[in-house]
Amino acid sequence: MKKTVIALIIAVLLIAFIPLFALKDAEFGGSDDAGSVVVEEVDSSYEPWATPVFERILGGELPGEVESLLFCIQTGIGVGIIAFVMGRFVERKKWMKEDTNDNH
Amino acid sequence: MSKRQKKIITLAAAFALMFGIVPNVSAMHIMEGYLPGAFCIAWGVLCVPFLIAGFMSIKKTISQNRKLITLLAMSGAFIFVISSLKIPSVTGSCSHMTGTGLGAILFGPASVSILGIIVLLFQAILLAHGGLTTLGANVFSMAIAGPFVSYGIYFVCKKTGVNKRVSVFLAATIGDLFTYCVTAVQMAIAHHADTTIFGAMGKFLAVFAPTQVPLAIIEGIITVVIVMGLESYAKPELRAVGFLKEAK
Repeated sequence: MKKTVIALIIAVLLIAFIPLFALKDAEFGGSDDAGSVVVEEVDSSYEPWATPVFERILGGELPGEVESLLFCIQTGIGVGIIAFVMGRFVERKKWMKEDTNDNH
Repeated sequence: MSKRQKKIITLAAAFALMFGIVPNVSAMHIMEGYLPGAFCIAWGVLCVPFLIAGFMSIKKTISQNRKLITLLAMSGAFIFVISSLKIPSVTGSCSHMTGTGLGAILFGPASVSILGIIVLLFQAILLAHGGLTTLGANVFSMAIAGPFVSYGIYFVCKKTGVNKRVSVFLAATIGDLFTYCVTAVQMAIAHHADTTIFGAMGKFLAVFAPTQVPLAIIEGIITVVIVMGLESYAKPELRAVGFLKEAK
């Protein structure tokens, strides 16, 4: 069980990071712009008619560093909740008698 | 680790590497302003019944068993985490996963539409990722179409007696992929002025799909890991949502 989990996590890391090393000169960015490139290709006359709210308030692009901060906040919130709930579950299991009773 | 599990991992890795190494760029959600107004409204309206169903389904789940709120929060948090991680893919660009498979398997696809819209709103407003005008379309692809496919696959696998972990993996992976296929179709329907609708669809699919395949596999694996964790620590909850059947 433990071994399986570790193996699975290693598999995840491998899949995630191999491209980074295999494709040294790739950009790994512009993910948001890419769709717009295709739109340009298949529908050249189209003009986007709205800009993201945050960018409109700022009057420009969101700085890259700030964007990564916000993404980190999102991850942090998520991880916090998962860790908290998982922690509760793990602790609770210690107190429960071998999961025979469903007591609340 | 059993032989079968080894086989699954090798298969997944081979599958991921098979999709050649072609530098390209890709996208995730539909960007703000990139759908004409009529489409924004149409997709938005289409989402409403699902969202209402989701709201009722969550309400019912919670009122039946208040303790399930922890598991629900966890499914939502899972989407939060997973969809914030941009991962480099074999095509030389980054994309992220959807994370909706877990919630769909545990709580049914309708509930996930509510969890998904929270994440999409967060990203649209704060991260300039996706958009408010395209929210409807994005909700439809990520929080409705994907989860429904996940749930369907999980259901079929369960009926046909496929190994539980394999079916969780398949459900999460294919649901993730399907989300991006739907996005491609949505884009193609709106943008095909210079080519045919199918030509555009092919182009969008070529951008979205190859990037997403390895990520979908990662999502499948992570979902399995989380489910394994829950299986050992959250048995009562899993039983309450009907994921674990045997009433011991």
